Amino acid sequence: MAAHLKKRVYEEFSKVSQQVSLEEAPTKKLRLTKPSKSAALHIDLCKASSPTDALQYLLSFARKPVEAESVEGVVRILLEHYYKESDNSVRLKIASLLGLLSKTLGFTPDCIVDDAINILNNEKSHQVLAQLLDTLLIIGAQLPDKTAVIQRLIDVACKHLSSTYFGVRNKCLQLLGCLGTVDMPLGKETDAGPGAQTSPVRDVQSLISDYFQDQDPRVRTAAIKAMLQLHEREMKIQQIIYNQACKLLSDDYEQVRSAAVQMVWVLSQLYPESIVPIPSSNEEIRLVDDSFGKICHMVSDGSWVVRVQAAKLLGSMHQVSPHFLEQTLDKKLMSDLRRKRTAHERAKELYASGEFSSGRRWADDAPKEKVDTTGVNLIDSGACGAFVHGLEDEMYEVRIAAVEALCSLAQSSSSFAEKCLDFLVDMFNDEIEEVRLQSIHVLRQISIHITLREDQLDTVLAVLEDSSRDIREALHELLCYTNVSTKECIQLALLELLKNLTKYPTDRNSVWKCLKFLGARHPTLVLPIVPELLSTHPYFDTPEPDMDDPAYIAVLVLVFNAAQTCPTMPALFSDHTFRHYAYLRDSLSHLVPHLRLPGRKQTASLEESGVGSGSLDSAHNFLQDSLIRVSALQNLETPGAQDLLEFTIRDLQRLGELQTELAGSADFCATYLRCQLLLTKALQEKLWTMAVPLCLKQNAKVSTAARQILDETYKLEFLYSGLETQQIATIHNVRLQAKALQLILTARSKQGVDHVLGICEKFLQDVESFQRLFMTELPHFQDSFVEKLLELMPRLTACKPHDLVKIFQTTLRQSRFIHLKLPEQIHRASATIIEPTGESDNPLRFTSGLVVALDIDATLEHVQDPQTTVKVQVLYPDGQSHIIHPKPGDFRTPGPGRVRLITQVYLSHSAWTEPCQIEVRLLLAYSTSSCKLYVSKPAWNESMDGLPTSESSIEGTIHLSKPVKVFIMPKPARR
Amino acid sequence: MPEIKITPLGAGQDVGRSCILVSIGGKNIMLDCGMHMGYNDDRRFPDFSYITQNGRLTEFLDCVIISHFHLDHCGALPYMSEMVGYDGPIYMTHPTKAICPILLEDFRKITVDKKGETNFFTSQMIKDCMKKVVPINLHQTVQVDEELEIKAYYAGHVLGAAMVQIKVGSESVVYTGDYNMTPDRHLGAAWIDKCRPDILISESTYATTIRDSKRCRERDFLKKVHETVERGGKVLIPVFALGRAQELCILLETFWERMNLKAPIYFSTGLTEKANHYYKLFITWTNQKIRKTFVQRNMFEFKHIKAFDRSYADNPGPMVVFATPGMLHAGQSLQIFKKWAGNEKNMVIMPGYCVQGTVGHKILNGQKKLEIEGRQTLEVKLQVEYMSFSAHADAKGIMQLIRMAEPRNILLVHGEAKKMEFLKDKIEQEFSVSCYMPANGETTTIVTNPSVPVDISLNLLKREMALGGPLPDPKRPRTMHGTLIMKDNSLRLVSPEQALKELGLSEHQLRFTCRVQLHDPHSDNDTLGRIYTHLKSVLKSYSIQHVPDGTVIVESIVIKVTSSAEEPNLKAILLSWSYQDEELGSFLSTLLKKGLPS
Repeated sequence: MAAHLKKRVYEEFSKVSQQVSLEEAPTKKLRLTKPSKSAALHIDLCKASSPTDALQYLLSFARKPVEAESVEGVVRILLEHYYKESDNSVRLKIASLLGLLSKTLGFTPDCIVDDAINILNNEKSHQVLAQLLDTLLIIGAQLPDKTAVIQRLIDVACKHLSSTYFGVRNKCLQLLGCLGTVDMPLGKETDAGPGAQTSPVRDVQSLISDYFQDQDPRVRTAAIKAMLQLHEREMKIQQIIYNQACKLLSDDYEQVRSAAVQMVWVLSQLYPESIVPIPSSNEEIRLVDDSFGKICHMVSDGSWVVRVQAAKLLGSMHQVSPHFLEQTLDKKLMSDLRRKRTAHERAKELYASGEFSSGRRWADDAPKEKVDTTGVNLIDSGACGAFVHGLEDEMYEVRIAAVEALCSLAQSSSSFAEKCLDFLVDMFNDEIEEVRLQSIHVLRQISIHITLREDQLDTVLAVLEDSSRDIREALHELLCYTNVSTKECIQLALLELLKNLTKYPTDRNSVWKCLKFLGARHPTLVLPIVPELLSTHPYFDTPEPDMDDPAYIAVLVLVFNAAQTCPTMPALFSDHTFRHYAYLRDSLSHLVPHLRLPGRKQTASLEESGVGSGSLDSAHNFLQDSLIRVSALQNLETPGAQDLLEFTIRDLQRLGELQTELAGSADFCATYLRCQLLLTKALQEKLWTMAVPLCLKQNAKVSTAARQILDETYKLEFLYSGLETQQIATIHNVRLQAKALQLILTARSKQGVDHVLGICEKFLQDVESFQRLFMTELPHFQDSFVEKLLELMPRLTACKPHDLVKIFQTTLRQSRFIHLKLPEQIHRASATIIEPTGESDNPLRFTSGLVVALDIDATLEHVQDPQTTVKVQVLYPDGQSHIIHPKPGDFRTPGPGRVRLITQVYLSHSAWTEPCQIEVRLLLAYSTSSCKLYVSKPAWNESMDGLPTSESSIEGTIHLSKPVKVFIMPKPARR
Repeated sequence: MPEIKITPLGAGQDVGRSCILVSIGGKNIMLDCGMHMGYNDDRRFPDFSYITQNGRLTEFLDCVIISHFHLDHCGALPYMSEMVGYDGPIYMTHPTKAICPILLEDFRKITVDKKGETNFFTSQMIKDCMKKVVPINLHQTVQVDEELEIKAYYAGHVLGAAMVQIKVGSESVVYTGDYNMTPDRHLGAAWIDKCRPDILISESTYATTIRDSKRCRERDFLKKVHETVERGGKVLIPVFALGRAQELCILLETFWERMNLKAPIYFSTGLTEKANHYYKLFITWTNQKIRKTFVQRNMFEFKHIKAFDRSYADNPGPMVVFATPGMLHAGQSLQIFKKWAGNEKNMVIMPGYCVQGTVGHKILNGQKKLEIEGRQTLEVKLQVEYMSFSAHADAKGIMQLIRMAEPRNILLVHGEAKKMEFLKDKIEQEFSVSCYMPANGETTTIVTNPSVPVDISLNLLKREMALGGPLPDPKRPRTMHGTLIMKDNSLRLVSPEQALKELGLSEHQLRFTCRVQLHDPHSDNDTLGRIYTHLKSVLKSYSIQHVPDGTVIVESIVIKVTSSAEEPNLKAILLSWSYQDEELGSFLSTLLKKGLPS
């Protein structure tokens, strides 16, 4: 067989050039244009004089991919060489290559199973054996449904499990874990066969669990991993191994312990309710509680890897009894054998006794009652203090894991949330910022369960002075969701926030927003302190505060938001407060809600409340109706049609402004309709019937229209998220139309044939790619421009350019207007630059030629993949423009769909005589080649002759935000 | 049986002058060599006359190990090495070696220059002593001589503190020195691997305390300082120069950085500056945060903390000052205290324990009027705060370390007897290992059961493996036959044939014979036949042959039947077996004595 094959390969190899030149056998042509892989390999291997050479050849061979049809040939050659080879390392490499090759797409490796098992049985070297088993594992993974093959592989693995080399045992266990099934007893096959071994009928699980006690720690790890693998493959694991797994928790080796922790966790999830006995007593507890205690114990393990793992897993044990859960935060303190209260308890008592924040005196923490010495258990096997230890750990990885676990457990138990509050608040003082930030986030997530006491709030608020912006903003976010208990708390929070405002004026927006929620959440607590906040007096008139003071605005935001649900509050306002309300309602409408004020004209409020949230449905209906009305139009050239289109566009735009939820959809439709309108108008122009030289002016008008439509289509495609393929196809259709229009214009204005020819070809390519991309959508495009073109396609390719242009022209005019199906969820990407505000009159001065950093703070909404697409553009007054790519780290995600960009752009320019304004704006970069619809290339393809990368990829940018003007003044350098 | 003997010369049921003698495997080691803070007479230093009455210690000690630079662990070192006389190696970690002489010099200055003591070690002696020091690294195994090796583990506590494992052959001792199981702002937590020593010598300062989380205390401390500074007040923090001072500095420095505070922080100069220099150098000994960020900035290069000058104390506006000494009994801290005590806006924070009689102790107890230097009275209006930052392991921490190391015995030192008692009970109860707490001069002896390594010949091993299952079960002992050869200080286990060959001896066969009398009416041959069938039914898995020449052979055992002419019914059964089949042979003889079944 092998000899025959070799001969064939030789033949093929030598025939190559001949075949190509003669083109006798067209069926074989494709395969033979390149020298076959297998042949080349064979030649190389035969040339190799020493094992080192052979190894080199194999290594270089492995770097190049092999196409699916030649895999088998290559495999045969490799196997043949394998039999001859005496060097272990070469055999090892061949074995690994076999595995690699069987992964090739489109190749079914069952044909090499026999050979692989065969060489496995004759192999002596342990390393090669291990590698062969690995190869078998890969093969088995490729053939998940061939039970016979799998069974054979498992038998092989069982046989080699008794090997003396750890690597072989490892691989066997891995194989059993990946391929074995629990339900089917092992050895059934062999029993049935002739000369059956007398192996007892055992299942994979008990077989693997035997190796939990192996002498080699690596094998023990592999055994546990294999068991976990079984679990991952959704095999039912029996509870019997629980005790064994628990014993492994005290193994000497960290990787074993780490795997064992996982194993115990898995079992606790599988059998949470089953009962296990407590050793050394005759009590029994639930398995999940027992394992919880054991994993808690691992939080004080010697290896930090295990500690991280244990802390992480604790977070997902939701079924544990509350009694055990609460122990994790309890570390019974004592001092000189006397029971001592924790600082947390003391703080609570102090607070309860009415004396808040007294200085601590010497021996204030003096221990109280005497502890019964027999009752103190220093290392509880239970969960005692696990989180206290975890949160105090040396490695911040462990601390973060513990914080996250606390969060997840607290979310499912509100009593636990209450208890862990103190600990989380303590973490605000961690030395590593990441941990502090994480604990603030966590507190926010569980804040629905808790109400902060005054002393706790005090600790929380202390962090407001942190110099890190991220921390402060996270804290503002937290305060937005916090419940507080007393009016003093509100006062305290306000005070601290105002302090924050004076210290870091850039936090203005964030502080205001925070107060908005704080007010809206606690109207009854704000009510009693309103006079004080607004500094009104029952008898005297107080001076009117400065309306531009951010602190005053902050107070007003708090009060107005509280007043929204508290109708008695406005009675406490003084006259100027009402005036300020009107002003703020206009200028900061997102922070100041509508209030029903006594004595105000009700009409204004009626109008506003008319478009309240209740009207969402009606707005949606309106949008649908408008679209249906438009879709009734068949031909846009009918007299009333354009008017209707114009009205609809206007309606939709207005709707988008009123109803923010529908803004995306409305804008999208309006833009699409405008494109259509422009197109129709352009086609209607009289120029089409006029002689060319007479209509230069119209020509220009049409070409701008075409340009505009193109731009709009790019916006439609890349600015909106949530589009379906059909809509994208519709957009592409419009784009093709615009391109056709451009083509016709060029053909008319320029006389050179060559020029037109090039454009035509490109256009036809575009049409083809449309067909390729939107094959499934084509039924929706009856009578459309594209469909007509595609029908004519065979003719078009043979046409002369001028005929082509003619055809385009008629098709363009005859084609039907495609109606847009309203997509479900469309969001328009948008961005707002918060900083710089553009209001400053003081120019930013710097020495020309040097750089100055400009802080930019912007929020982005509904932008997909902002790290790669969002750019900052700086436009200088002389028309120079720079595009800056912000670092990926500058993007933060405070919430779903929202992205915050905080970055610095570096400006520089030569000297100016006057300060001048530059414009800064955000851009959305797009590229048609990065379109989501393109399929990624298959990995095993020849990299050289893939798809041409230059395929009509157009890159450009869309304006994402309004420009902001910044006054700058580069001064000449002084010498 | 081999023994390990441990005798504390200091720190036995006591805190101070740590000095523990260990003799293990014929080696004598001194662990720490400290002074006692409470005494000014001879009791200040350990009683070295316990080791030898006269003459030098060199020939009695194999090495001296110092765990860290605190004076109660190294204060007597120059006295021991230069005045008593010891020339052998002294082991300590690099930071300890660097900082130790600074403290010793300071100690010497105070005793000699201030108190005017004579007959004390000199600067030159400190220098000479330090020349004998051999520095070691963490986790580095140092061979003191061919048999004795030591290895250091991280202990937290102070910069450079180490736990040491001392090993002779398979016997080992771990000495913890002082250690801390919870990390602090500048150091990590102690760590040791599962080394299973024969005995663990642990400190037990906080044997009866379980401490609260450190974070609350830190937060309180920072909050108090912050509030005072914001009010415009001045904060005085009396500290001892090394250890806690650096932790507090780091704490305040990072807080200042985080909160963007501008008030100045001063550190009164002195030996601290020198020590700070070493803190900057030994970054690898600090905690994770400092180690990770030192590339951008060394945390000990303080941005906000500046050197203090006497004149600054009168500057207006808020400030924070660290000043020595820690108990406000003398020196700069007391001077500053006097200046600031009258203003209620100010604050003093005592970060540690104060001895009775010091100003610190008085104000902590709430005394409002102090008499200073005779008639002068000082009114204390400023706020007094106590904030304990201790770096010893608490009871839970000690248990945690025991769990990590899994020792066979535990010995407690460096703590009060009463507290030790409690911990001892707990340890014995929870780990069920024996725990000792000797007083000074009392010797504890521990019997060890060291394993003796024997080389086994590969052939023998393979042969034994072939007999049993494919894999030896590590959990179960197995008997095997072989010959133990003890020659040239080495032990080898070889097969008997090889042993004979090596030793040039010829093999002797040893056979036992036994005669059993039996009443049997049958003829000799029939009796033999009956024996044969009987044995066949009893010994199922053995090969039993009935040889025609009138013998039955079971393995190597030969059975013959004879009878005398006089009494044909009384048969004498001859049994003969070789030494190797002793077990089977004696079984058969007893079996046959019982007679044959009829």
